[in-house]
Amino acid sequence: MTAVVERDRIDPGARLLGLLRAREFGIALLIVIVVLVTAINNHNFIKADSIQQLLSGAALIALLGVGETLVIVTRNVDLSVGSVLGLSAYLVGDLFKYHHIPVWSGFAVGIVVGAVCGAVNGFIVTVTRVPSLVVTLGMLYVIRGVLGVIVNGHRIASEAIPNTFSAVGYRSFLGLPWLAIIVALVVVVVGYAMRSYRPSRDFYAIGSNPDAAVLAGVPIGRRVFTAFLISGMLAGLAGALFLALHTQIDNSGGTGYELTVIAAVVVGGVAIFGGSGTVVGAALGALLLNTINQALVASRISAFWNQAIAGALLLAAIAFDRWLLLRNTRKLQAAEGAHRDL
Amino acid sequence: MTSETSALAVSPVRKDPERSPGNADRQPLWRAAARWEAGLVLVLIGVLIFGSVESQSFTDPSTVFFLGINIGYIAIMALPMTLVIMTGEIDLSVASMLGLSGAVVGYLWHHGWSIWPAMFVALAVGGVGGLLNGFLVARLGLPSIAVTIGTLTLFRGLAEVLLGSLTIPTVGDRQFPESLTNIGAQSIPGTQFSYSLLIFVVMAAVFAVVLHATPLGRSMIAIGLQPEAAAFAGIRVNAIKLWLYVLTGVISAFAGILFTLQNASVSFNAGTGLELNVVAIVLFGGVSIFGGRGTVYGVVLSVAIFGSLKMALTQMNVSAEKQNIITGLLLLVSVIAPNTGALLRRVGLRTRRARAQP
Amino acid sequence: MAPAARLALTGATKSFGAVRALEDASITLFAGEAHALLGENGAGKSTLVKILGGVYRGDAGALTLDGQLVDFAGPAAAQAAGVSIIYQEPSLFADLSVAENIFMGRQPVGTGRRIDRRAMERGARDIFTQLGVQLDASRPARGLSVADQQIVEIAKALSFNARVLVMDEPTAALTSVEVLRLYEVIKTLRARGAAVLFISHRLEEVFACCQRATIMRDGRFVRTAPVEELTIDSIIRSMVGRDLDALFPKTVTERGEVVLEVENLCSALVFRDISFTVHKGEIVALAGLVGAGRTEVARAVFGVDRRSSGTVRVNGKELPNGSPLAAMAAGMALVPEDRRQQGLVMDLGIDQNVALASLSRLSRLGLIRRSSERDLATTWAARLQLKYGRMRNPVSMLSGGNQQKVVLGKWLAREPLLLIIDEPTRGIDVGTKAEVHRILDELVANGMAVLMISSELPEVLGMADRVLVLREGQLIAELTRDEANEQSIMRAATGQTTGVPA
Repeated sequence: MTAVVERDRIDPGARLLGLLRAREFGIALLIVIVVLVTAINNHNFIKADSIQQLLSGAALIALLGVGETLVIVTRNVDLSVGSVLGLSAYLVGDLFKYHHIPVWSGFAVGIVVGAVCGAVNGFIVTVTRVPSLVVTLGMLYVIRGVLGVIVNGHRIASEAIPNTFSAVGYRSFLGLPWLAIIVALVVVVVGYAMRSYRPSRDFYAIGSNPDAAVLAGVPIGRRVFTAFLISGMLAGLAGALFLALHTQIDNSGGTGYELTVIAAVVVGGVAIFGGSGTVVGAALGALLLNTINQALVASRISAFWNQAIAGALLLAAIAFDRWLLLRNTRKLQAAEGAHRDL
Repeated sequence: MTSETSALAVSPVRKDPERSPGNADRQPLWRAAARWEAGLVLVLIGVLIFGSVESQSFTDPSTVFFLGINIGYIAIMALPMTLVIMTGEIDLSVASMLGLSGAVVGYLWHHGWSIWPAMFVALAVGGVGGLLNGFLVARLGLPSIAVTIGTLTLFRGLAEVLLGSLTIPTVGDRQFPESLTNIGAQSIPGTQFSYSLLIFVVMAAVFAVVLHATPLGRSMIAIGLQPEAAAFAGIRVNAIKLWLYVLTGVISAFAGILFTLQNASVSFNAGTGLELNVVAIVLFGGVSIFGGRGTVYGVVLSVAIFGSLKMALTQMNVSAEKQNIITGLLLLVSVIAPNTGALLRRVGLRTRRARAQP
Repeated sequence: MAPAARLALTGATKSFGAVRALEDASITLFAGEAHALLGENGAGKSTLVKILGGVYRGDAGALTLDGQLVDFAGPAAAQAAGVSIIYQEPSLFADLSVAENIFMGRQPVGTGRRIDRRAMERGARDIFTQLGVQLDASRPARGLSVADQQIVEIAKALSFNARVLVMDEPTAALTSVEVLRLYEVIKTLRARGAAVLFISHRLEEVFACCQRATIMRDGRFVRTAPVEELTIDSIIRSMVGRDLDALFPKTVTERGEVVLEVENLCSALVFRDISFTVHKGEIVALAGLVGAGRTEVARAVFGVDRRSSGTVRVNGKELPNGSPLAAMAAGMALVPEDRRQQGLVMDLGIDQNVALASLSRLSRLGLIRRSSERDLATTWAARLQLKYGRMRNPVSMLSGGNQQKVVLGKWLAREPLLLIIDEPTRGIDVGTKAEVHRILDELVANGMAVLMISSELPEVLGMADRVLVLREGQLIAELTRDEANEQSIMRAATGQTTGVPA
């Protein structure tokens, strides 16, 4: 074994190279390529409303993906997000219809509903130490069931939704749909927080090495609880936005979203076993999946191929991540001749 | 060395072996499992009493038949899922494979194939799909939860590609042979068993024997508890996992054929979301999500509980939504209950510590 | 004499259930000294270390730090008070940067409590400069060598202004160059006024870098003395409490025909060109430092890992690559290094563990016969004098020594021709250790071939007929029983053919 290889300070060039190598850049590039290739065949694809559709369509999954990222980074998973979205969307609609609450409070209600669900998830996971996969699977059913009981076969139609509320779903600002702006804001804020504040770094520590996190005095229970709480809140917000986008709601809103969200997050480079991945990556993952969907439509390939391609893409993403990890580890081992590694 | 002469001289047997020190409250696996199943039996009895009291038609023999029709194909998928979870992995693609298999049968039937070859091809597709899962998980070592979410989407997508918006048989299309679709309407002569229930019972017996009495089953348990130790004992960890995925694929495809024949129709979204039902049943049956712990008996009891509860509630006109709540709560209670002992101890410890420090 | 004690532990006692791991142990550390803590495995060293580090609370005893009575609520509290422990296998956050690993939870923050990454990396670099090592603070911890991981842990301790550093076998996985670098780092730490508690099984290292030594045996304090007053012999006598010969029975056996032939065995990264043979009726020891590739050679021979080239033959028949099953069928058995992860399925019963490698033999018509399984386990439990409660109890309830007997039973039940045994007595109490040695001796006397890997030189010297020394993945020397002694083995293992390298 050689002595420590000299690795000097990083110059700006190296930093740029690092940026180019980052997962987020790769996905963004892929999105651009898909858009351009599709546009060659179908010029309408890069028109403004098409792009708007692209962004709006990805927004909800991206928003759920932000919360899911926090949870997965701590080595947990939240399968209840689809149900939470459905519950929050219906409750907000219900309040609009029967109680005529002010428009702004629609969002507040959504977030509060989500917060309650997230808190229950977080409480059960941290106190009982039951694997979160099982807990949130149970909660998926419970919340969906509670929703069904509340809905009781009714649906809320678009007349009940205030116009100013649903405007969020179709209006745009400077060419960008409000929906996308709100989600982008959340992504930027949470993404920045995840990079730059001590408590959020704890999330990565917990997912990367729980034992070492204990030794470092990380309050694991509190942080995991917070991750579920935020995931719930964002799912609740997504519910309100779902209502604004679709302007009608029954008991099935958000059904099956949970696995789509996890797919988007994993494509976005978040490690399923925790410790690494970014919120921006997750959001881009959602955008990429939606872009491919839309591209298929625009290329007049049967929309029936959507799911099949999304599935294949997810598998490719997982395999690619593994290959990358193996390659990097091997490179580092070769460089240092290390015998045992992390 | 030859087998008749042992290398080791026989040493004197020490009398009265002492109990070794260790955590005294740690229970042998089998005893914990036995207790769990005893609990399930009580729950089942409770559900049966509840059903007979609350619903007049519950004691009707036809209840057994409809129970089989309603839960048979789900229960069948729960068996290979049990083995997969026993080895510490998971397969979320089962319900999509059910849909894909139905789509294959429907597509080929629609294109003039006769039913038996179509069914055979569907099973083969199940095997290939399982092989893909197995290859990615066992050979490449990718996380099974992510892989099978991927194949969940992929298989469902392929079903969609095959069928499009078609529902087979559409009006004017040729019907599936009645002799086969009868399995959805008739019970086995002389009994109230539906065919799917009978198949499940037979398969459950086979799975129970394999898991609990054969070297293969023991190997799966060892893999789930400690994969490295299993590999060092000469167990072919990856090969077993690979073939388990293939088996799961084939059986899911088989469940898809049953589902198709029972309903005498096919659509690409058949059984969407069932994967989580299957997982819930297996976990409620006492199989640990971390692998290595659980029994086929527990899963069978779990099937019986879920099935009869669903029947009772449906007969009482309880909405599907409320049934959802009950499903979820049962699952939550089932995983939280065994942990309460440890939980109370932790709380107690904390209080004692807090008291110790003035 | 030295200044006031930096840290003093007096009268520490700790029991786990009925087992008394530590009884009335005391140790005093002065500022600026490197202090060795010596004792066999199971002597209570790690329990003592865990009490110092706040992982355990002693049942009795007092801990003072700079004259103040302290009681740590947990590892974090100990660390904050200036007591840091560097474990043999550091546990870092693989996904986070080196700098963040050092400052986890205490990252320097700027305006608005935002983490100041530049300041954090500068802080890490400053510490590395003080330690005289070069390490990129911004790279992720994933892929660091064990030596570099330890440096990161030491840097973390320094960032806490550690007054006491406990190093638990820090050199076990290091190469000779890295060990020298570690000595330098320890010197720096001492110059800063820190007290270093140094645990090592390599006694030469104690003389090379420590001023005083404390020796423990069976959970009790034996003696503390300046190293000048100690010799290797006197240390071993204090550690073991009896003469070496009693520990290592050695029946003189006629060496038989070749059982195992390994030719030009290579792996992708770890070792290359390994050739050796093992005969019937002999113990061949694979010696070398941890990380030299000994365990990896054993794994490749048995087929748990694939070899990249080379051949393995048992009784002249070549084994396929990467198949433990074929190796077992050919008569090979492997008792692995890590009992808890590799040797046993901890939650299964004793009988099921013993049966695990013989399942097909215990089956009829494809079904396992419970009675045969029980008989097999009972037979081997008796032969190996296993102490147990019930056969169905999980092996996790057994002591380390009895667990090792279960692993042995599992393999001996197959009546192998060749037994590969990796660290046969790691983490086993002294009494059982002697039993394991006796068992090995009996096996060989009855004609078995044994390939033994051991980090404990006395064990190698006491048991082996031949010693193969590995260094950095290469077979460096083959020594006969007469040629082998502490000096010749260590010289080969560390590559110190001509004195100490600069």
